[in-house]
Amino acid sequence: MIEAKSIPEMENNPASTMEIAPEKRNSALLVIENLHVWFELKRLGFVHAGYVRAVDGVSFELDRGDSLAIVGESGSGKSSLMKTILGLNQPVKGDIIFDGQRLSELGGSQLRHYRSKIGFVQQDPYSALPPFMNLRSILSEPLKINRVSNSEERIRRILKVMDEVRLTPAEDFIQKFPHMLSGGQQQRVVIARAMVMEPKLIVADEPVSMLDASVRVEILKLMGRLQESHNLAVIYITHDLSTVRYFSKRIFVMYAGKIIEMSPVDEILNNPSHPYTLALLAATSEPDARNAEKMREVPAGEPPSLVNPPTGCRFHPRCPRAIAGLCEVKDPPYFTVAPDHQVACWLFE
Amino acid sequence: MPVSKLMRIQDLKLHFRSAAGVVQAVDGVDLDLFYNDAIVILGESGCGKTSFARAILRLLPRNVEAYTGKVLMNGNDLMGLSDEAFRREVRWVKMSMVPQAAMNALNPVLRVGDQVSEPLIVHAGASRETALKSAREMFQRVGVPVDFMNRYAFELSGGMRQRVAIAMALVTVPELVILDEPTSALDVLTQANIFNLLKRIKQDFDMSFVLITHDIATSSELAERVAIMYAGQIVEVSDATRFFSAPLHPYSQKLMASVPRLRGNQELEFIPGNPPSLIGIGQGCRFAPRCEFRFEKCDQDPPVINREGRLVKCWLYAEG
Repeated sequence: MIEAKSIPEMENNPASTMEIAPEKRNSALLVIENLHVWFELKRLGFVHAGYVRAVDGVSFELDRGDSLAIVGESGSGKSSLMKTILGLNQPVKGDIIFDGQRLSELGGSQLRHYRSKIGFVQQDPYSALPPFMNLRSILSEPLKINRVSNSEERIRRILKVMDEVRLTPAEDFIQKFPHMLSGGQQQRVVIARAMVMEPKLIVADEPVSMLDASVRVEILKLMGRLQESHNLAVIYITHDLSTVRYFSKRIFVMYAGKIIEMSPVDEILNNPSHPYTLALLAATSEPDARNAEKMREVPAGEPPSLVNPPTGCRFHPRCPRAIAGLCEVKDPPYFTVAPDHQVACWLFE
Repeated sequence: MPVSKLMRIQDLKLHFRSAAGVVQAVDGVDLDLFYNDAIVILGESGCGKTSFARAILRLLPRNVEAYTGKVLMNGNDLMGLSDEAFRREVRWVKMSMVPQAAMNALNPVLRVGDQVSEPLIVHAGASRETALKSAREMFQRVGVPVDFMNRYAFELSGGMRQRVAIAMALVTVPELVILDEPTSALDVLTQANIFNLLKRIKQDFDMSFVLITHDIATSSELAERVAIMYAGQIVEVSDATRFFSAPLHPYSQKLMASVPRLRGNQELEFIPGNPPSLIGIGQGCRFAPRCEFRFEKCDQDPPVINREGRLVKCWLYAEG
């Protein structure tokens, strides 16, 4: 882990971050405050060669039972953010407060308790499940790690969670191995494993992108149902805008390590503001034969390197509406365009 | 609408041997491809769509049990050719393919420029200089900077690698290009870029495209016609305009109802049950066990019915 004060680059990195209301620190389930996740690059194994600024000043809060989607392309930092929330990466600066407790202050058994309250649903169920374990072993593992030592109690909880994800009859499924299941059933096992510790938060990383169209809807509906019945908070990580509104209330759009727009789902679909969000929406297809007749407008270029991100607004080199003399110089702060709708773009000053 | 036929596929079968029995991956497919056509083969995983592409291009694994039927290209039966003649005269000369996950299938130890020019040298007998010259033109067309020709695959981004794979399929200017899931591993903006590229190529060259995908929404970016594949068979062939507004086959209708939409509030549906195993398929309509319109006749194999130019393999549309 790198200490924040040892990073000179951090000094001249004025963060355009959201202010978190002090009362939220205690009431919200999850508070992310000015989070920076940087990875050190080394040449020849020891010579310092800069940092990959995967997450660079992200703040938000998530209430109990609330749901949000983080949308971004590969390399936008959404996976680094997710792993940091899961406690798999260490932030170099900033705080994660879960249920009123700072993650950085937790140790040992407290950290294990923290992790048991966050369920993780992986993208590819086939590679997320160990091929040599049957469902009973897969689903009892989280319980064993969290010291549920009574085996009858374990079985009771496993059967309950299997019923909830509709892996029924549970008695038939419990002896099966992952390769005996279809893709949709495998994803149900992954969800059951995430749910078995009765978490308060589920982090789902593209949970339906590997599934066929007809199964995808089944899983989306299942997750929506679980969220409601357990009052779960959900962070849904995706690059596909079209599935977002089926179980998220808010959307955060990430680009090059920063959240550039945050808004309720319907608001962002009807009133997208950031030029990058506009581009994402314009590139998303709906099944329509007229699509074949026209070209899609796509901004030129590719997402920037996170080692040397562009100065000012990170989207300015690709932005069709960049303001010369401003966008490449100053990092835009958040401007409010509608209630609960913030955008980091100088066009809305 | 394209009219004259480039390829006629009749009763094409490709069965594999496996430990559990014979897998009927492609099981009696009839399909016509036209000049300057763009047809999408839509289907879920395991329906046999990639095997179908491999059967056309005769890229077969070793465990083939049966490989029969007719593939007529410009009137010549390709099934009669020996493997050597097929390799020399057809593959990459008359038709080529962008394989699934092509961006990860490039040779890591060859410069991408050499890789793109290789089909010309091997299949068209061009000299290295002319091949490199054509490759350079093709790089420009697919939007890869020409100085990238000296790079290796790992030095390019995913989108650029996909463009290189497309250049490799186009460089011999074949009559037919098969694209197997060309954008499934790419980001949204890159995906849109690749489809823009394919649309432009389609205008510039006189080529037919077969796009194989499970992604209904993006398939509409290129489709002039749509073929739906289910359990080794094609169950519906239609023009894209009528298909996307009102699909005929009950399976197609369910598939369309399962596509998440950006806007609107329609309820999403899913198809209960699983597709049948392709081992030892019985008589009758293969979708019947999951079909809500099922009736007595569905126990027999449904005929292909022509309904105002659209083909549908379903008893619901049979007269009488």
